[in-house]
Amino acid sequence: MRYLPHTSEDIAEMLQVVGAETLDDIFATIPEDCRFKGELDLPKMSEWELNDHMSSLAVQMAVAPEYTVFVGAGSYNHYIPSAVPYLLSRSEVATAYTPYQPEISQGTLQAIFEYQTLTARLLGMDVANASMYDGASGLAEALLMAIRIGRNKKKTVAISSLIHPHYRNVVQTYFDPTDYNVVELPYLPDGTTDLSPVDDMEDLAGVAVQSPNFFGCIENIQAVSDKAHGCKALSITAFSEALAYGLLKSPGNQGADIVCGEGQSMGIPQSFGGPGLGMFAALNKYVRNMPGRLIGKTKDVDGKDGFVLTLATREQHIRRERATSNICSNQGLCATMSTMYMASVGGTGILEIARQNHDKAEYLKSELKKAGLEVPFDRPTFNEFVVKCPDGFASKRQELIQKKIVAGIPLECYYPELADHYLLCATETTRKADMDALVKEVK
Amino acid sequence: MSHFAGTTGLIMNEPLLWEKGKKGRCGISIPTPDVAAAPLDDEFTRDEIDFPDLSEVDVVRHFTRLSQWNFGVDTGMYPLGSCTMKYNPKTNERQAALPGFAGAHPMLPPDLSQGTLRLMYELEQFLSELTGMYATTLQPAAGAHGELTAMLLFYACHKSKGEKRSKILIPDTAHGTNPASASLCGYKSILVESNEDGILSVERVAELMDEDTVGIMVTNPNTLGLFEDNIKKVAEIVHAKGGLVYGDGANMNAVMGVVKMGQIGIDAMHLNLHKTFSTPHGGGGPGAGPVCVVKELEPFLPVPRVIKDGDRYDLKYDNPDSIGRVHAFHGNFGILIRAYSYILSMGKELKTASQHAVLSANYIKEKLKDVLHLPFDRPCMHECVFTDKKQEPYKVSTLDMAKRLIDYGYHPPTIYFPLVVSGAIMIEPTETEPKENIDQFIETFRAIVKEAEENPDLLHNAPVTPKVRRMDEVTAARKPILCG
Amino acid sequence: MAKEISKIILVDGLKYAKEHEWAKKEGDTVKIGITDYAQDQLGEIVFVELPEVDSEFDKGDEFGTLESTKAVVDLYMPIGGKIVAINEALEDESELVNKDTYGDGWMIEVALSDLAELDALMDKDAYLELLKGL
Repeated sequence: MRYLPHTSEDIAEMLQVVGAETLDDIFATIPEDCRFKGELDLPKMSEWELNDHMSSLAVQMAVAPEYTVFVGAGSYNHYIPSAVPYLLSRSEVATAYTPYQPEISQGTLQAIFEYQTLTARLLGMDVANASMYDGASGLAEALLMAIRIGRNKKKTVAISSLIHPHYRNVVQTYFDPTDYNVVELPYLPDGTTDLSPVDDMEDLAGVAVQSPNFFGCIENIQAVSDKAHGCKALSITAFSEALAYGLLKSPGNQGADIVCGEGQSMGIPQSFGGPGLGMFAALNKYVRNMPGRLIGKTKDVDGKDGFVLTLATREQHIRRERATSNICSNQGLCATMSTMYMASVGGTGILEIARQNHDKAEYLKSELKKAGLEVPFDRPTFNEFVVKCPDGFASKRQELIQKKIVAGIPLECYYPELADHYLLCATETTRKADMDALVKEVK
Repeated sequence: MSHFAGTTGLIMNEPLLWEKGKKGRCGISIPTPDVAAAPLDDEFTRDEIDFPDLSEVDVVRHFTRLSQWNFGVDTGMYPLGSCTMKYNPKTNERQAALPGFAGAHPMLPPDLSQGTLRLMYELEQFLSELTGMYATTLQPAAGAHGELTAMLLFYACHKSKGEKRSKILIPDTAHGTNPASASLCGYKSILVESNEDGILSVERVAELMDEDTVGIMVTNPNTLGLFEDNIKKVAEIVHAKGGLVYGDGANMNAVMGVVKMGQIGIDAMHLNLHKTFSTPHGGGGPGAGPVCVVKELEPFLPVPRVIKDGDRYDLKYDNPDSIGRVHAFHGNFGILIRAYSYILSMGKELKTASQHAVLSANYIKEKLKDVLHLPFDRPCMHECVFTDKKQEPYKVSTLDMAKRLIDYGYHPPTIYFPLVVSGAIMIEPTETEPKENIDQFIETFRAIVKEAEENPDLLHNAPVTPKVRRMDEVTAARKPILCG
Repeated sequence: MAKEISKIILVDGLKYAKEHEWAKKEGDTVKIGITDYAQDQLGEIVFVELPEVDSEFDKGDEFGTLESTKAVVDLYMPIGGKIVAINEALEDESELVNKDTYGDGWMIEVALSDLAELDALMDKDAYLELLKGL
């Protein structure tokens, strides 16, 4: 087997040195009653059979260009320049481990330092970490961080009901065994979060909204920050579409204390929802409370510039049960991927692409309106929006699927009051012709 | 020794991204707009973003040069104990890049995602088979995430019985993520000291286990590379008081097809796909930490669950006892593809992989134990642990020896872990390291030990060959510069 | 490598606690820091976390932490009392603890509440004996 280089001579030599007769003997010290005596029941394929098998699975998936998928909701179809996967295939990038030995990991370290910097600039914050697993766990960690900063005396966090339902679900799961409270904030008719309940809340460590929110609407982050700071809580902004900040005012510019969200849009393939990229940033004064790895710039013994993992005393391998989080790995390769993407698009490019996202979605929105569909929330959106379809649209939607068009996702399962409402998305990859085709079908 | 693994070579300097480029350059092909520009009020839009403008050439040069400063598994031997730096098969990359997978939206209706659902279903089965467990969840995005998930499962299980336990037993050899994960669940970690053989003692566990204890977190084989011989008895004691046994599966590479954890008393365990199952480490992630559980814990697993109905796969959300989601979608699917592809490539030979991994580690142990102090002189599993005790008279530390290995062309082994052994050096060759490389590694380490005696400054000043030498970590921590 | 016991600096007129802290009476208050042994064992100190002024602790309570690049240790009150002052210089210059641990590296100043607690601490010779036994 090509991944098992030991020949029978190799094995015989090593067995002799070790003092064993057969390969089974080397496990002789494992107690008899712990040993599995049977055979593993697993299939095996040659590389060529594997290729065929995997192709047969992949071909069953509804993906572009065959299908037009008008869905965002936390996973976005964006163009990825060929240079990115090419560079990622360099094995020194992909097969290296965590940079615990900085002398031979400067490539990883500099790339992640660049990631931290660009992420901080994108989000308008002082410092970003080397990434969390995804936007959802990042939000959970941000809320826990806010509680830590409040020295564990404030045990409540308020989160918008317009944060991605799956993210809120993950937060609930994380918070379940703790004695902290999560309160959900309702939404207003314009499609933004209703902050008024915050006035009556005691013991608040943080207030979190998502912007653009799950309805695609742009929240007023400044208002959230003012409200949160007014009751001595932290202002937390989550996001599921990082590209929005190529165009929109950054959370850091609007008083946010912690920003956490999904960076998949920055050059990472959708890949059925993972791996993602938990972008996480905060103000300098909170850096020692941040979870996750941090890479810092320093000099070596010769005075040469270099990078190194730092402030590790926050982390599990040193602080153990008192660590800021249990997180050990980051999404290293995804962070590197996003840096390559951000480097490729640049300041000029990112604005242009973000604008196109906005333009495409606005076009689709206005055409659907003309076709008679209602757009219930009038707050400006980025690349996603909600439409109210006629009663019984579900069967029409099935028809569309037969025609290889996935017309958004139904909201009813997340918001029971929004039956026949659908969340649609258009990005720079969505063609006018496809949008026109969809509109024609729903007229 | 006829030649060393490492040599000198020309590598390039490369500035930071924002120190390069020129305004107006672009590294992406901007799509041709086919709709009109839509206005957006200034109130919502940002000022210019402070990103550098770079051409494609700038970007490719930049990251190509950066990559050349790194040492990866494809560069040379990477004997990092507990990390299982085995070879990353390239066919895995081909499969993960298939457009049907790479371009798939996670919220596609099941009828439009049969390929990925089938992959997940089958992978769950493979992992359950390997661990001897009843069911598996693929949602956790990393080992530590899997640990947390298991803790949440234990919490939910006890809660369903009307219990709320507050403590959990953790061996002193445990990885730091164990107490950290337990802590996130509100559990107080109670330390269990290992005995003089380096493993858990039945008596000690019996002393500490009570009805307020959730259970125990065990790594087996443990972080000293030793099989926890008393595991069955330990599990019995914990179960007798209504507790649960968690297995940290980081060291699974030692026992595939040799031990089935589900048969020796483990109730839930996580696996590290980026260790045992060959997915690339990526400079620190992404990984994946599936959790395999016994039947009793299945109802609590995260939703949705992949189910099979005839030939069709579906997602089931309606599991009332589920702990909920731990990931926004289905977990690190791109990583799951690679592990699936690896398991299909290896089949039953996964057992051979474990056999070879254990053989190679024992071989290294026997060949170095005369020059390096071996705290536990007994057969090891897939990794062996030495210390720097013999080098103390020369004022040479584990760190010095590790740094000198770099000059010779090796990534150092894991150092200073586990914490119970002072100056630990943990070597894990894995099964994919050819014997001649292992022999060269052994020769090299012996040469370094000799240097330690005859010319210790060579080690104190090491490394000298890479792009940078030892870093000033103190200033990096005192005056952190985390942003450019 | 760590210093030999004979090279550890100990100052007359200070009291010493078994958690390797020193305490110096200055009128109604007591200044507290860590001993030369502690700073030597810890290595380069990169961060000192101190409590807020006016907070109150009992003897034996954890009042702060010290970090090197590779370890964190807790600091425990050798005597009980209210914090009247903290050494703000340590925020930017944590190295003062390594360089001048009995002087500029002091950490907290506590209003003395129970003289008996202070008297119960070790004197220089007793602490030296403790170190030799380690």
